[in-house]
Amino acid sequence: MRFLRFWSDFLIGDDWTIALGVVLAVAVTALLAVAEVAAWWLPPIAVIALLGRSLLSDTRTRGRDPVE
Amino acid sequence: MSATLLVLAVFLACAVEAVEALTVVLATGLVRGWPSALAGVGSALAVLAGIVVIFGPAIGRIPIDALRLVIGTLLLVFGLQWLRKAILRASGHKPLHDETAIYERQVSAARTAGRSGRAFVTDWYAFTLAFKAVLLEGLEVAFIVVTFGANQGHVALACLGAALAIILVAVVGVLLREPLARVPENTMKFAVGILLTSFGTFWAGEGAGADWPGADRALLVLIPGFLLVSLLFVTLLRRRPPRAAPDPEPKPAEVTS
Repeated sequence: MRFLRFWSDFLIGDDWTIALGVVLAVAVTALLAVAEVAAWWLPPIAVIALLGRSLLSDTRTRGRDPVE
Repeated sequence: MSATLLVLAVFLACAVEAVEALTVVLATGLVRGWPSALAGVGSALAVLAGIVVIFGPAIGRIPIDALRLVIGTLLLVFGLQWLRKAILRASGHKPLHDETAIYERQVSAARTAGRSGRAFVTDWYAFTLAFKAVLLEGLEVAFIVVTFGANQGHVALACLGAALAIILVAVVGVLLREPLARVPENTMKFAVGILLTSFGTFWAGEGAGADWPGADRALLVLIPGFLLVSLLFVTLLRRRPPRAAPDPEPKPAEVTS
């Protein structure tokens, strides 16, 4: 259990939504590519959106919470 | 171009992790004595070398598209965590990494800990502290070396970047005998976050079947693009009221990015 926890912390970190969002973005990119639709634009946009959402969420949560 | 960026990314990431590990090893060695601390460092380096030697060539045998898809996705998740923390630090929403403060806390903890020996180790506390610090900080480097090296087909070049950083940090640390507090660690972490995210985006997209305009040259747009966006996030977040919070108490070794 501690082993899994370690690797989860190591790879996913403290915001699991980033990992989920990246996997979904890559899956949609693959689907677009299979359908022969230009897909290169999707990963960078997904990265910016996921990063922005995570930062916004983190600073909001931190703003309410008096103790870290 | 890719090879230069590869060495640069691995060098920076490794230098940052080596500085963090050095802080713990120095505090342990200077307070508790060097034999057990150095035995811990040597054991951890042997484990890390084994990981790179086993997984480097093994990963290299996976078909390149599957490799880029899986490794690119993992690297992107990993890089976004680095970048997110770097942006939070740069905007004042997370305490900056302070090697001097961490060093002082480690010294204080090392002075009060009891002393007992096991097997060939005379001071188990010093051994485990140094071992964990080097192993945990080094795992991030091993991950970057293996993934970057395998994807670019240059594991040896990635190892070179890592070795240069470790040697440089170790030599400076031995000469100064104090934590390298003046290394611009937070800036370096920001740069590593940008590089990991850019390479991860490129490889994950390519592995998923996307055709990047300009092939490898797309990285020359992704890297400055992500840098600009990140700086914009820093500017925007600086307008939000930061919350002063002290660095957490040091763990035996911290996997931080």
